[in-house]
Amino acid sequence: MKRLLSAVRIALRALKVNKVRSSLTMLGIVIGVAAVIATVAVGSGATQRVQQQIASIGSNLVMIIPGSLTSSGLHMGTGNAITLSETDARELMAQCPEISVAAPVVRGGAQVVYGDSNWGTIIMGTTPAYLTIRDLFVSKGAGFSDRDVDSANKVAVLGQTVVDNLFGSVDPIGKSIRIKHVPFTVVGVLERKGQSPTGQDQDDNILMPISTAKRKVIGSRSANGDAVNSILVQATNMSQIETAQDEARALLRQRHHLQPAEDDDFSIRNMQEVFAAQETSSRVMSLMLAAVASVSLIVGGIGIMNIMLVSVRERTREIGLRQAVGAKTRDILTQFLVEAITLSIAGGAVGIVVGITASAIVSRLANWQTVIGVGSVLLAVLFSALVGVAFGYYPARKAAYLDPIEALRYE
Amino acid sequence: MPSLIDVQHLGKSYNLGETTVHALRDVSLQIERGSFVAVMGPSGSGKSTFVNLLGCLDRPTSGRYLLDGFPVEDLDRDQLAEIRNRKVGFIFQNFSLLARTSALENVELPLLYADHDVPDAEERARNALASVGLAGRELSQPSQLSGGQQQRVAIARALVNNPEILLADEPTGQLDSRTSDEIMKIFQELNRVRGITIILITHSDEIAAYANHIIRFRDGQVVSNEPVVHPAYAGAQMRFVPSAVKVLQ
Ligand SMILES: Nc1ncnc2c1ncn2[C@@H]1O[C@H](COP(=O)(O)OP(=O)(O)OP(=O)(O)O)[C@@H](O)[C@H]1O
Ligand SMILES: [Mg+2]
Repeated sequence: MKRLLSAVRIALRALKVNKVRSSLTMLGIVIGVAAVIATVAVGSGATQRVQQQIASIGSNLVMIIPGSLTSSGLHMGTGNAITLSETDARELMAQCPEISVAAPVVRGGAQVVYGDSNWGTIIMGTTPAYLTIRDLFVSKGAGFSDRDVDSANKVAVLGQTVVDNLFGSVDPIGKSIRIKHVPFTVVGVLERKGQSPTGQDQDDNILMPISTAKRKVIGSRSANGDAVNSILVQATNMSQIETAQDEARALLRQRHHLQPAEDDDFSIRNMQEVFAAQETSSRVMSLMLAAVASVSLIVGGIGIMNIMLVSVRERTREIGLRQAVGAKTRDILTQFLVEAITLSIAGGAVGIVVGITASAIVSRLANWQTVIGVGSVLLAVLFSALVGVAFGYYPARKAAYLDPIEALRYE
Repeated sequence: MPSLIDVQHLGKSYNLGETTVHALRDVSLQIERGSFVAVMGPSGSGKSTFVNLLGCLDRPTSGRYLLDGFPVEDLDRDQLAEIRNRKVGFIFQNFSLLARTSALENVELPLLYADHDVPDAEERARNALASVGLAGRELSQPSQLSGGQQQRVAIARALVNNPEILLADEPTGQLDSRTSDEIMKIFQELNRVRGITIILITHSDEIAAYANHIIRFRDGQVVSNEPVVHPAYAGAQMRFVPSAVKVLQ
């Protein structure tokens, strides 16, 4: 232990003597480690953001839409495009044990007028269950009720973007707006939700009872008045999403009288799947950056090896002297190895600081979320120590096996 | 009791491709404990080669070397390092101190490489420095010391681990005669008071006169090996030191 301490002291002194050279040598490691820290921070920040966005859409959410999706993701229209119905939604909720709630949705664009402001937005006709499934909360007023659905009341719940554009600072609760010339009463305002992972404004919409929407706003384009654009389903539990999907598929196939050979006339997607692709691409990106960072670490390591070789040569007489007074192979080896590791770990430490600063700046300027993990910091320290050992070993060994007489005579 | 140093037919040659340089050929002699030996001879005659072999810094290419009755020519590098650390103190012509390192730390160096931890290393280094008259200069760096002072630091370093043998290769070669006398006084005291065996290379007859034995080399061979009848001395009283070195026939 004492030997190691004195080896560290000797190493620090040797490095201090050549301050400029030591700092330049460290630079490679600094850049490498900083790059690793920053890329991991940006990468895991991106992953975390996608996770949060998935959560913002609604946890345990499964979406069922009409028509089949081929494996390549191509949407195959079936003859009579709309194959899902409100009854399907009710039956899913009633018969599938792993489905807690299901909400049918009809969608359509519409122009909305309040006083002399008007705004084009998306109308979602649905049931109160929709709010549960999407993790939506009413920040002002109240949502609509099942009774509103049953009696097709002309009530609307507005997203924040709609409120901002139509009302400004006026309190919208109880006010009357016109959607496609039909007067509606605003009963509630939704809490702000922000962007979806695909970049859509999740606050630019109006919710209303599905019955009202069909009759007054969207109109039933298909012959079947029961038809809906999609059904949102919530699994009882995150881990039960697969089961819930299987149950839904089985029930819908049965209800749609599909033969075993026939394809589904609907498709089921959960949010994890929808955004998995996005996550994968961000992961590939981080991997590539990490590879670049590793290369710069290796280049840094070669820099250390180079400087250590120069140092061994310059200090040949010193080595000879140490051998003359009794330094063993192991002593000299330790001395130079500690020196290399000190260089690389010091470089690593500076690199961590630079990396953290860089990711802070990136998240400021580019408005990206970055996450500094303890793991990546530890990894950086470990990796730089490893670089020190790997690239310091050869020069240290060279020093340790010098012939004492030749070393003492060296000019 | 075996001689401290016993070399038999010791040879050292360097193979330089086409020619072979015989730095040392067939040297046989013994040196007893407590001797003060001056090694002399023209440049290139093999003095340094001989002393480096005695100090286990180098290995012979032929012959035997018994140190304290123990053959050392077959030991590996780390075993030789340990012998250098425990039994031998080296003093070189060019002082050979670590630059930018205090006198105290220079002197502590051999203790750093001892095979066990030396808890009182600093204390011992201070005492060694004091014994060569450098008390108070512990924190000076070599560049802040005169040549004579640097050589005294080197002597303190050679002494700190209580060696049996001090080997000095032209220790006064770079010093003026007054400073040389001071250094020789230290050597003589170490030899007479502490009984340390000293083997010292010199080109100067005045320096050699302090020794009680002179070995002369020429072309890698010992040409004469004689006691000094009346060694010059810097100490207070004269003491008869019996001849300690004899050439084997
Ligand atoms: N590494 C080596 N390779 C080749 N020859 C060598 C080597 N080391 C020493 N020699 C030769 O061995 C011979 C003896 O050298 P050594 O250094 O022992 O002489 P020396 O008596 O100490 O001389 P000086 O008084 O100049 O110091 C010389 O001829 C020298 O050239
Ligand atoms: Mg010589």
